[in-house]
Amino acid sequence: MDIKIPTVAALAAEGKVPEILFWVGCAGSFDERYKNVTKAFVKILNKVGVDFAVLGPEETCTGDPARRAGNDFLFQMQAMANIQVLNGYRIKTIVTACPHCFNTLKNEYPELGGNYQVVHHSTYLQQLIDQGKVIQKGAQTAFKVRKITFHDSCYLGRANNIYEAPRKVLEALDAELIEMKRCKTKGLCCGAGGGQMYKDAEKGNKEVNIERTEEALETQADTIAVACPFCMTMMSDGVKNKEKEGSVQVQDLAELIAESEEL
Amino acid sequence: MSIISQVIFTVILGIFVFFIIRRVNFIRLNIALGRPQKVVGNKRQRWKNVLLIALGQKKMFKKPVPAVLHLLIYVGFILINIEVLEIILDGFLGSHRIFAPLLSDFYAPLISFFEILAVVVIFSCILFLLRRNVMHVARFKKPEMKGWASLDGNLILVIEIILMVAILSMNAADQLLQEMGNAAYPLTGSFLVSSWLMPIFDGYAPSTLFIIERMSWWFHIVGIFGFTLYVTYSKHLHIFMAFPNTYFSKLTPKGAMEPMPEITSEVKMMLGIPVEGETPPLPDGFKFGARDVSDLSRKNLMDAYTCTECGRCTAECPANITGKKLSPRKIMMDTRDRMEEIGLARSDANVHDEKFLLGGFISKEEINACTSCNACVEACPVLINPLDIILQLRRYEAMEASGSPASWNAMFQNLETNAAPWKFSPQDRFNWSEELKNDK
Repeated sequence: MDIKIPTVAALAAEGKVPEILFWVGCAGSFDERYKNVTKAFVKILNKVGVDFAVLGPEETCTGDPARRAGNDFLFQMQAMANIQVLNGYRIKTIVTACPHCFNTLKNEYPELGGNYQVVHHSTYLQQLIDQGKVIQKGAQTAFKVRKITFHDSCYLGRANNIYEAPRKVLEALDAELIEMKRCKTKGLCCGAGGGQMYKDAEKGNKEVNIERTEEALETQADTIAVACPFCMTMMSDGVKNKEKEGSVQVQDLAELIAESEEL
Repeated sequence: MSIISQVIFTVILGIFVFFIIRRVNFIRLNIALGRPQKVVGNKRQRWKNVLLIALGQKKMFKKPVPAVLHLLIYVGFILINIEVLEIILDGFLGSHRIFAPLLSDFYAPLISFFEILAVVVIFSCILFLLRRNVMHVARFKKPEMKGWASLDGNLILVIEIILMVAILSMNAADQLLQEMGNAAYPLTGSFLVSSWLMPIFDGYAPSTLFIIERMSWWFHIVGIFGFTLYVTYSKHLHIFMAFPNTYFSKLTPKGAMEPMPEITSEVKMMLGIPVEGETPPLPDGFKFGARDVSDLSRKNLMDAYTCTECGRCTAECPANITGKKLSPRKIMMDTRDRMEEIGLARSDANVHDEKFLLGGFISKEEINACTSCNACVEACPVLINPLDIILQLRRYEAMEASGSPASWNAMFQNLETNAAPWKFSPQDRFNWSEELKNDK
């Protein structure tokens, strides 16, 4: 398959506006592990043939980490600059794999003049499955033997009440879905939200990601499914810390779909 | 005799009303220390929250066993108050069981029903006492629960038991006096529970029984006045505050932080975006973020008075679970303690304090440990939002005090120079596309 990754700027030069902007996010652009999720999602978009584009070098941080760490000046600077770009390109719909970008774009940009329909990739993938564009029911024999547990991202779940979409995506894979004791509204954070990703934890008796990884490993699942770049890092580190990286994988929803579609 | 007791009753009632008004006013002024907030959005949804979450206790039922016991005490408390109305009228008018002739045949069944509730309340309170003191419920043993907080929780349960016992002994003595044909105690018919207690008091002289009945009556009503006043000094204030607090709680998604429109014009100017209209000057004493309770919103302060220290927030907090100092419950308790302190200084001009909520009560170590995961907000049965306070304190540290952790300052710098929180060059942002294309 010939992969196309159009930029919004290139389309604008032809006088076109993409139906969907894929907001990649900083982790999706720079994090070695998480870039794979970006690639998987782009492959899916290519397979489905959606009219999408990315900002590419024009994308910048949404400002979320600055805002959670208390620096609202910096947040608003970032947000305003992004809104100017997005409005300039007349973007209507944004899809992103990062729940932190999702939350900020959806809930915090409107008050600064950025009004878009913002969709998280879990919801988007569920829609694609419902429309029969990816994953044909019953065809996923390779996943029949797999046991998957889903780790809720706080910024998807409690912050935005999205609990079902990622689970629907996993159910479509036909794998066995096992819930952790603390799930959905009671899901335990991976430990990286609220700016924690960018600093060491305060003094305590345990790291949050270890507590969560232990809980995930208790389910005996062979795959910990995540839908957030921070959760990806924290859970992967946890699995390594427990020396289980040989038997347990941490994978994003998009990667699982791409894998089952053999993309 | 009757006139004297009517006068004494009226005086006690007057004193009670005086102290209650004084205390309510004190709390009202404390909450008014906060920033006023516009209440926007759907009134229907707000009333729905009051009905389902405050009155219906929907969120309590995430933990079914304490929820049922709590509901029993609550229903008992509300319904038994109908009897308190009768007691107040009797005390005021010098009557005895004024509702009895009015309700005639329904009176005994009604009182019997209240008595069943009283027994249920006693039962639930005993179980709650066991839960607090014998069973190991971790959230009742956290550092912020040492001393007064723990005592307060137990006192409330003990007082409720004593008040319920007073009702039952009053009714038992009353029925014995009725059987003896005492003219002051007209026949009402038998009461379901207290009739079982009659043998305890059987054999006493009518005068002794009279004293027992009167003592219980006075003890019960003065006890209720005292208890009501006590509640306003206690964590138990949630029985009233839960209602306004659920009404005023935010309706936007939990992930949305409170906007900060005060700085938007300045940001626009820095970016060279034209600012429409006049920029209103910053309000007097405006701070970027919150250092003290007066910088917080009134809803934040109402939250603090609503908190009943159940600790469900702390039990769900990932930072607290992993041994960090942060406890969302303590954030609420500190906010209330600080308000009380400022409130006391209001009436005493000699009190000068150099303290602030941030630093004096809540440390940076606590607020820095928060992952903003909203578990505390989700856990609260009465829609308290500790996270909102934490984030405002962080804003103060970042924008006024330059007190953010060094790694956050580095992250801010990366954002400013690279438009990403990490030290990557903006030119490399799109490298993944080449990698993907070359994979093939």
